[in-house]
Amino acid sequence: MSSAPANRDGTDLRARAIGQSTVRAEARRFVTGAGAYVDDLPAHRLLHAAFLRSPVAHGTIVKLDLAPALRMEGVVAAYDGEALAPHCQPVRGLLAHLADMQAALQWPLARDRVRWVGEPVALVIAESRALAEDAAQAIAFEWAELPPLVDPRLALEPDAPRLHAELDSNLMFAATVATANVEQAFAQAGTVVELAMRTERVTAMALEPRGLLAQWDAAQHRLTVHMGTQVPWMMQAVFAGVLGIGCDQVRVVAADTGGSFGSKIHCYGDESAVAVAAKRLGRPVRYVADRLEAFVSDVHARGHEAVVRAAVDADGRLTAFEVDDLCGAGPFSIYPRGSVNESRHVLGLTGACYRATEYRARIRVAMQTMAIYGQYRGVGHPLACLFTEAAVDAAARQLGIDPLAFRRRNLVPDDAYPHRAPSGARFERLSLCACLDELARLMGYDRLRADQRERAADHERGAHQGVYRGIGLAVFVENSNHSSANYGRGGAPIASRDGAMVRLTQGGGIQCAVGLTDSGQGVTTAMAQIAADAVGASIVDIRVFMGDTEHTPVSGGNWGSRGTGISGEALWQAGIALRAQLVAAAAALHACSPDALELVDGTFLRRDDRACVCTLQALADAIYFRPERFPRGFQPEPAAQRHYAQTEYDGIYTNGASASWVEVDTRTGFIKVLGHWIVDDCGTVINPLLLDEQLRGAAVQGIGQALFEGCLYGNQGELRNATLADYLVPMAAEMPDIHVGHVTTPTATSALGAKGGAEAGITGALASVVNAINDALAPLGAQVLELPVTPERVLRAIGAIHDPAP
Amino acid sequence: MESTTDIEFEVNGKRVRLAVSPREHLADVLRQRCGLTGTHLGCEHGVCGACTVRVDGAAIRGCLILAVQADGAQVRTIEGEGNDPVMQALQQAFIERNALQCGYCTPGFLLTAAELLELDPDPSRESIREYLSGNICRCTGYQAIVDAVELAARRLRGEAGTDASVP
Repeated sequence: MSSAPANRDGTDLRARAIGQSTVRAEARRFVTGAGAYVDDLPAHRLLHAAFLRSPVAHGTIVKLDLAPALRMEGVVAAYDGEALAPHCQPVRGLLAHLADMQAALQWPLARDRVRWVGEPVALVIAESRALAEDAAQAIAFEWAELPPLVDPRLALEPDAPRLHAELDSNLMFAATVATANVEQAFAQAGTVVELAMRTERVTAMALEPRGLLAQWDAAQHRLTVHMGTQVPWMMQAVFAGVLGIGCDQVRVVAADTGGSFGSKIHCYGDESAVAVAAKRLGRPVRYVADRLEAFVSDVHARGHEAVVRAAVDADGRLTAFEVDDLCGAGPFSIYPRGSVNESRHVLGLTGACYRATEYRARIRVAMQTMAIYGQYRGVGHPLACLFTEAAVDAAARQLGIDPLAFRRRNLVPDDAYPHRAPSGARFERLSLCACLDELARLMGYDRLRADQRERAADHERGAHQGVYRGIGLAVFVENSNHSSANYGRGGAPIASRDGAMVRLTQGGGIQCAVGLTDSGQGVTTAMAQIAADAVGASIVDIRVFMGDTEHTPVSGGNWGSRGTGISGEALWQAGIALRAQLVAAAAALHACSPDALELVDGTFLRRDDRACVCTLQALADAIYFRPERFPRGFQPEPAAQRHYAQTEYDGIYTNGASASWVEVDTRTGFIKVLGHWIVDDCGTVINPLLLDEQLRGAAVQGIGQALFEGCLYGNQGELRNATLADYLVPMAAEMPDIHVGHVTTPTATSALGAKGGAEAGITGALASVVNAINDALAPLGAQVLELPVTPERVLRAIGAIHDPAP
Repeated sequence: MESTTDIEFEVNGKRVRLAVSPREHLADVLRQRCGLTGTHLGCEHGVCGACTVRVDGAAIRGCLILAVQADGAQVRTIEGEGNDPVMQALQQAFIERNALQCGYCTPGFLLTAAELLELDPDPSRESIREYLSGNICRCTGYQAIVDAVELAARRLRGEAGTDASVP
């Protein structure tokens, strides 16, 4: 464990640039239209890719003739799965440390069989995208349909057709956990609630679709890929594996990335195919998915069915939770992260914020013929929170206890850490109660309850007929600063140890290199703030370089709320080291003891009289141009590099609480979100301006999943709403102002103390919105347990419409 | 070879003559033929607003108008708005209020917001939200965008206490 960052005179170094609402210098690039996303990058002799994708959910390839495409204008090459296979390696999205997980081999393009609508079947390379698309349509493709497997329950039936001949069932993964006395806890409970919940699949819908520009350098035998990605280092290993070449023969550069939210951290067959084609053709090839392709080929997430139960004793104390969860995860487990971590979070975290000591959980992940499944912001945390918090509210309602008071009575207290949940999840230090208290203050809980009571009285008097208001609370945990427990130990090439390099430039500035990417989080600015304080330089003199495997140290990348906590700590340590080296150099230059000097804002000061000895600029000048000015034999060292991995916990959990205030019109089923609040504890806050809007953005995505978003599949496995006109995401007019508060509990596993803040906003949002709706509907004795809570579902819940769902 | 049609239009104040394919939409032509990559494509079916450009003054979807339809028109993209005082105020406010994250939607939001402020120099938060409801931002919570448009409007009205605080 490292000591807290403090100067020798005891002043907290974090009090300077860290914690300031510094605006992003790079923002000016984006407001002037000068961003450079992958589709904007110039390339000499560029070729363009287009794909033929499967129009059916399940079928055998009967005929696939590329000749008509190859005869088309501007076409340079075309490949199907068989043509590409000799030049690439398949992947298998297996995490080796998970017992009972199985996954099939996946080739970049389908071979023999297609298994979801949108699976890439053939690739055409042409002189323009339009010509490539024309040619892709000319490919003669015939198939024989096989029965689609849509319902994960049916896919797991013993007599269900097997999706992969090499596997003995369609079960991708199953796991259970149970404490010794769970049966007894439910048997002896004064109150037991049971909810059958269902969530529709959603997709991240980053506004910039996935894309890459791949180039092969035959002279160096080297692939360079520019792409929108969160994980350049992981993608280096992925492309190396697919091409069967060494990691060091691949360079991955993260272009400006137009949102990602977990969608751009995977090995996609279409991207692999483009890399292979670029190597074969020796010319740069670009592919950017269009929106329709994005809907059917980006990973989907969060489609679960779960039965959740909670037991409460006679004193109103939660004693046990139980969850039985089923998820349909598409035909392949996405490489290299696998498609099962969402369910693993449900297993690990349902009920985990509460004192209940007994727990039982079962998770099952089925393979089926729907789009491939993977990580989306928050992964399984929002689901664990939804299942838990819906059950907690249902219990409080049944007992007639105010849901805020019920939570205060049952949450794990803030002085009980480190804490191990009944599932085995370990929490370093949480502030659940403090966050809930701050939330209640921020939202004016009592005032809103009073408003709700007035409304009820109005109803008695005949006013506001049919319009009900409700308050929903949710308490959550969210993992960050991961160890290798999720991926590295399972064999996935995703680093847990990040590096950072810091050096004094010849101009007297500080240049930093970290292996992260910035897809809008503002981590470039956060890193500059960290470096400024660590080194003792002014933030305007800091330059941060990221996202290029050629010029940065290794990093696991920017996902799972890990970037600032892990790379930031490496940068902090590198900066501290450089500061000491520079002070030693300045002391040598000015013939004094290093202990007599300190470096503040780019100036070396004498500790005794605070007199300026020299500046970073002057020191750089001496180091690089006037080495004779140093004492004989003294070699100043103007660069430092450090690495950091968090190894004490599987992850450092952040926590928080959120609340929603909604109005439900029972005449139309429409729901209006009147207010939303989040209190988050992500440890040391680097930049409140950036963090707060990230929390709001994440909350809006969560509200979207709660109310609007869902990938709607027909019973033939066809995605029925693969356009932005039909897949509804939140727009400005539907969203309320969102109020943000903070509690700060730095992690003791790093000197910086930062945990992650990228996912907290979404984690509580689903639950607080759903709880608010059900609070509003409580006077009608109705509840909605399916997401998204559409007007139709509201009207069904209150019995206004009865006919079977179409 | 595909047949082409000659068009002549004004892009950011400059006359441009091009032979375009009848199927090319304006956003593709601006991006691929004029090098104006600040116009982004998010859906190409008119929903997301990332490709918003101004054609004869109106903020429209660059993906829903064919390039041949822009023959004779005046087209302005984000790259051509650098000297416009309304746009400058908006850009500055967007930076200060962190009204963008990945930046992909940002040019579309700015051009739409500029049209709003030209029509209504003092919009309420509600009407800002309504006016911007044809543009998707998947990163922010929209709140910072609304804040920024409000701030820019106040500055353009010359209200006190709204001086730019950062470069």
